[in-house]
Amino acid sequence: MAARRGPARGPTGARFERRRRAAAAMAEEPPEDGAARTLPSLRQLSRGLPFGRSHGRLGISASGRLTLPALCSQENLDAQKTAFVLRKAWTLYSVTPLYGFRRGCLRDYARLLSAFIAAEKQKGLAVEVGVELDIKVALSSLADLRGSELDQAGLLVQLSSRSRASSRNSEDKLLWSGWFCSMFGDDLSENVPENFTCLPLFLTHGAESYTALVGSWFQKTFDCCFRRLAISPLNLSWMVAMWAGYKLERAASAVELVFSMPRLSHPLDISYAIHPEDAKALWDTVQKTPGEITQGEVAIFMDCLYAHFHRHFKIHLSAAKLVKVSTGIASAHCDGIVKILHSQYLPGVLMLLTELAISQIQ
Amino acid sequence: MPQRQSSRTPKQPQRVRHKGQTDLSAWRKGGRIDSEKSLQNHESANNDSQEGSLDQALSYLEKVQNRVALKKNSVLQKHLDAVESTALTQGLPPEGFEILLNVALNGKFADTVNTRLLKSLIPASVIPENSVVKAVSWLCVGKCSGNIQLLFFKWLITVFDFIDRKEQLRALYGFFFFFLQDEKMCPYICHVLYLLTTKENVRPFRIRILLDLQARMGMQSHLQALLSLYKLYCPELVTITLPGKMKTYFRNSEGPWKAAIAAVRQRNQGTSPLSQAVFLGTSRPQSRKRKWNTQLIIPASSSSTNNLREDRQKNGVYLCSTNEFFPVEQLQTFPQLLQNIHRLEFPSQMGSVLTNPLLLHYMNCVKDESIYLRLYYWMGQMLQEECTWCVVDNPCEEEFRSFLETIYKSECFLQEGFSACEEFLYKTLPLWDGVNCRSEVLKLITWIPLSSSSDLKSYIYDPLAQLFFTSSIYFKCSVLESLKELLQNWLNCNVIQVDLELSSLNTTLSGLVNAVAELVHFVGWISTVGLRLERNSSFLLYFILDFYGTVCDMYLKYSLPLLIMPPAGVFYPALLSMDSVNLNQLCYIMYRYRTNLVAAKENEVTKKQMMQFKFSDQTYQEYNQYLTAMVGCLWTSSAFQKDIHPQGLCMDDELLSKTAVKEVKTSFNIVYHPAMMGYSIKFLQQICPDEPTFNFKLIKGKKWDWYLEYLYSQGLKGLKVFIESSISRVSQASRRKAENAEP
Repeated sequence: MAARRGPARGPTGARFERRRRAAAAMAEEPPEDGAARTLPSLRQLSRGLPFGRSHGRLGISASGRLTLPALCSQENLDAQKTAFVLRKAWTLYSVTPLYGFRRGCLRDYARLLSAFIAAEKQKGLAVEVGVELDIKVALSSLADLRGSELDQAGLLVQLSSRSRASSRNSEDKLLWSGWFCSMFGDDLSENVPENFTCLPLFLTHGAESYTALVGSWFQKTFDCCFRRLAISPLNLSWMVAMWAGYKLERAASAVELVFSMPRLSHPLDISYAIHPEDAKALWDTVQKTPGEITQGEVAIFMDCLYAHFHRHFKIHLSAAKLVKVSTGIASAHCDGIVKILHSQYLPGVLMLLTELAISQIQ
Repeated sequence: MPQRQSSRTPKQPQRVRHKGQTDLSAWRKGGRIDSEKSLQNHESANNDSQEGSLDQALSYLEKVQNRVALKKNSVLQKHLDAVESTALTQGLPPEGFEILLNVALNGKFADTVNTRLLKSLIPASVIPENSVVKAVSWLCVGKCSGNIQLLFFKWLITVFDFIDRKEQLRALYGFFFFFLQDEKMCPYICHVLYLLTTKENVRPFRIRILLDLQARMGMQSHLQALLSLYKLYCPELVTITLPGKMKTYFRNSEGPWKAAIAAVRQRNQGTSPLSQAVFLGTSRPQSRKRKWNTQLIIPASSSSTNNLREDRQKNGVYLCSTNEFFPVEQLQTFPQLLQNIHRLEFPSQMGSVLTNPLLLHYMNCVKDESIYLRLYYWMGQMLQEECTWCVVDNPCEEEFRSFLETIYKSECFLQEGFSACEEFLYKTLPLWDGVNCRSEVLKLITWIPLSSSSDLKSYIYDPLAQLFFTSSIYFKCSVLESLKELLQNWLNCNVIQVDLELSSLNTTLSGLVNAVAELVHFVGWISTVGLRLERNSSFLLYFILDFYGTVCDMYLKYSLPLLIMPPAGVFYPALLSMDSVNLNQLCYIMYRYRTNLVAAKENEVTKKQMMQFKFSDQTYQEYNQYLTAMVGCLWTSSAFQKDIHPQGLCMDDELLSKTAVKEVKTSFNIVYHPAMMGYSIKFLQQICPDEPTFNFKLIKGKKWDWYLEYLYSQGLKGLKVFIESSISRVSQASRRKAENAEP
């Protein structure tokens, strides 16, 4: 009987809907100067249901989200240090909190992980920890990749092959990289005890076999679980609406939506491209509430696009499945693959992805 | 002993023999003369002839000075035979090992003799550690051949558990380790080392030597075994992934002794010590290829590799702090758990506790939030990922089933629901079809923790009700069964908690009362509808009454200040039920209600406890209405007149006469009630066997009492307690009334 033991068993806290809370926060306290004002008030809110389970976690979306530029100014991020993130296709995973993770032990972890990879590759042969191995592992903190004070700094894992033939100072070839991050993941991090580290979003680039090795080592060592993070069509529509509204200095590429027609013997995709300025103009007419985006607004935006398409092609896109969206900010595929193009909006994109990851964990 | 030991260094073989000789001569003399001394040294003196010949053999072997050939030496032959036959029948006494090992390893005899001697080293009880240590020292001088050395190590492995102490043997770890270099000996040495290794033995230089060997010899199962033991103790130094398939890591080693030892043991009526099992952290065979992160396979228990922080922070003095931990892989028995409970650490992946009862025991003892949290995250993800009715194209229902079953068993073991499982049910019951993994899901429901009523209603009760109304009668019965167990689990938890923490009682007790009330009302509602849908099926009614069997006793049995009567939609179908089992059960339940209500009333009057809770008058009123109906129906034959319940049986005479049923008035009492008719017929057959037609009117007066006795003897205990408690006081009057009523 969890009630009597108090909050001891299981994270019974904030499992309420983040979006709704964000909306509530906005309603209570209109933002005066962006992030600095709104975020603390987020945390002050009630912890939700006593046995907290968020409603509508199975795909029913809720009402509102904060707009992202308001939350995070670009000065926070050192463009140099996060450049590696941009223009690469990242596969998304959600990760439950890491147990017993020590930031000070990154070098030891790297040694253990590298020995683990070697041992897995040559099953049955023992490997000494700490010797030079074919695959070099580097773990490092990404201090810039965090949103609120509760967020842990990001964690970068890189596997590279040691170049044997050439001399020492020659560059190692990067084989695989992956990084953990939490961008305004307060919903999760404010409720877990000290010996847990919340980095709910994990992004990988490189061969799946390496992802499996690194992932299983983390699972074994820190008792965490990885799950692929798929993006529902509803969340894709959120993304395209939000991203279409952002200002870009450079001439941006087209806003493109890819739909897949269901129940056909041959796969049929419909690609729907819109000039970015048109998309922004449309969004600006739809978006009313300052600093917040609501589900209703997103729905209207999409309906306008569908109506326009129907007028020209007599096809109801609403009956098709939205599988991919791409904008000048980022692109996202429903299988859980994203590509981020613009460093200015990196925190915003990551915040949305962190939120999705958390909702998959809780 | 130290003196003797030091004298036994191979450099001074003369003195050694001399000393041994004197010792043994005294012993032997005693044996021969059959004085008291022999009794001191021998466990059994009744086998004089054999003992004698063994003594002679030992003393002969002890005295041999020069190399002796077996051929042409009938004396040696005789003594060898004596040793062998004694060993095979009785085993050798502890004292014999030192002499025989000495002789076998010092190279005096040919290898054939040495082999025979070694082969006959079968212990009757224990083997003194000293004798083994001395034998090992002989290996250093290199007097015996490689084959004999090999045979000795094989013997050592087989009899390892018979050696009385192992401290000095462990001190020779480095010596054994040196023998690894011999390629032929290596597998056996690995096994010996495997048996001897403790955490202190695992050193970087040894790891390097083993890795060199590995590089030279390739993948060898004995090296794998030893290295994985090293990994177990020092994961921060070495790592290895064992290939998926389980195999024997040390073949061999049984040698010629095992069967003989077993036979001797059996003859001596002793149980052999458990030979140490080789446990290695191999991955369990996977049923099929799966993605790395979606394996439903519950991880094997393995100790955490994450200890390096300990060494780091408490450097120097506390460097061996991790020694204190007992690796979970080695936890095999309950006594081990008890001995090491203070230095046990949970496995690196908490999920593995589910399949390990010992760790579940341990979990019960440890109140640490993080273990529940780790389990919560892991289980939550597994359940979501694998749920067969939520994830499209998930073909592995069998696996998921057994996973749910495992969770349920652990919950029963811990007597507590897992919060991840609770959440899973909340999330997925609304989507459940009632078919997928039916019995497992219904079982898991029984461990849903007490929770806020609005949540229970929308996530559990509503979806269950929908399925209940639209599914078969068997499903209905299973749901009722689950809900009964759920109720019992709540009540049991409450009883325990009340004992534990009285302070927080008030606030949470009302919460419990509300939740229980809601559950009982819910079951009352679905039961009413269910009975109507299933045309008052006796089968369904049985399960419903079973549920109320718990409800009617909540006040006395579980000290819960709550009693809820069944709704009329349940009560009347039970009262008018066609079978006696249900009627009897109803009687029993009403009797328990009465007992509980009376007790509550008494407590209320004496103002002893639970003042803030008072059963509402409505409960008493409802009870009384039901009681009136029951008495009318079973006893006074006034069911249609006396029933005052609004949904009851009360009917005008006019209406009754329209039914054209003869003798309406008497159609309900313990004789005429449809459920009792069978009994009354049988009873009549017994008291008037010659009567061809059944004259039920005969059952009155004294026969009425006989009839009651007859009913009680037929196992209608519920009826008995009901009648004795609720009717006895008015029995005289009512019986008279009943008699008057009958024409």
